[in-house]
Amino acid sequence: MIESKNHLLLAQLAEGLPICSHPYATIGEKIGLSESQVIERLRYLQKKGTIKRLGIIVKHATLGYRANAMIVWRIPEAEIDIVAQKMLKFSFVTLCYQRPMLPEWSYNLYCMIHGKNKVTVENQLAQLIKQCDLSAVEKQILFSSRCFKQRGAVYTANSSFNEK
Amino acid sequence: MVLELSDLQKKLLNDFQRDFPLTPTPYANIANQLGVSENDVIDALNELDEKQCISRIGAIIPPNQLGVSTLAAMSVPQDEIEHVAAQINQYTEVNHNYEREHEVNLWFVLIASHSSHLDKTIASIENETGYRVLRFPLIKEFFIDLSFRLDLAND
Repeated sequence: MIESKNHLLLAQLAEGLPICSHPYATIGEKIGLSESQVIERLRYLQKKGTIKRLGIIVKHATLGYRANAMIVWRIPEAEIDIVAQKMLKFSFVTLCYQRPMLPEWSYNLYCMIHGKNKVTVENQLAQLIKQCDLSAVEKQILFSSRCFKQRGAVYTANSSFNEK
Repeated sequence: MVLELSDLQKKLLNDFQRDFPLTPTPYANIANQLGVSENDVIDALNELDEKQCISRIGAIIPPNQLGVSTLAAMSVPQDEIEHVAAQINQYTEVNHNYEREHEVNLWFVLIASHSSHLDKTIASIENETGYRVLRFPLIKEFFIDLSFRLDLAND
């Protein structure tokens, strides 16, 4: 039961914390928790690591960071950790994930670069390739051209699938 | 387009991406820190929201902390991409959906309560759109998502 209340709370938060004097009380009213219960639970979820950060989630594109490239690399399994650690030394690398290869998509390391424009991102990528010694590595560069949806990562209690 | 942001808005954008106050009146606390009124902060945030500078004030939750999630991708003909993206966006399980410049051009993130829910959602998307969904679940995350330092100088 505690878990499901937390889930309700995070689903509410995924809609965005209300911008009003007592936002945690406003959220609490919707799910049957007091203001202090909401705050306690959020503290707990943050401490436990369920919430990695709590704060303003910016829209990079509106703020002038119009270019965002996902670069996927084919790295030998044994070297993935070492390569990823090297990539993370660069502050323009905002995310770095290992994902499975598929027969039609044989790339296993994904990293993201956010920059003000495509040229900046291309230069940053060139720097990354040079300094991490990646010139011989198979890769694909995927610039984003449009964002169709960006919202909080919580499935809702009555999911669209169940409604269908 | 030049975005006109006040100093207060720039401060809010850069300094409050993490450690948002968990107090009864967080906006008043922020206002105190910055030497302005609670209303100033509320107005500034509302304007940032209206101008689409912020997605929301909320929580970043690492993949698979709640339910199960996966990155997914599809190859969709260019003239159908808007239609297919709209179909995919109808699923509440989908929380990010981007077009990328590649033959594999539609990339989205799905989150579901458990793996059979995820399987059913993907099957339903494939059925509805007629395109195959490639699945790339996370194996390992190498980065701790620190807040992104924005250079908001006018250039």
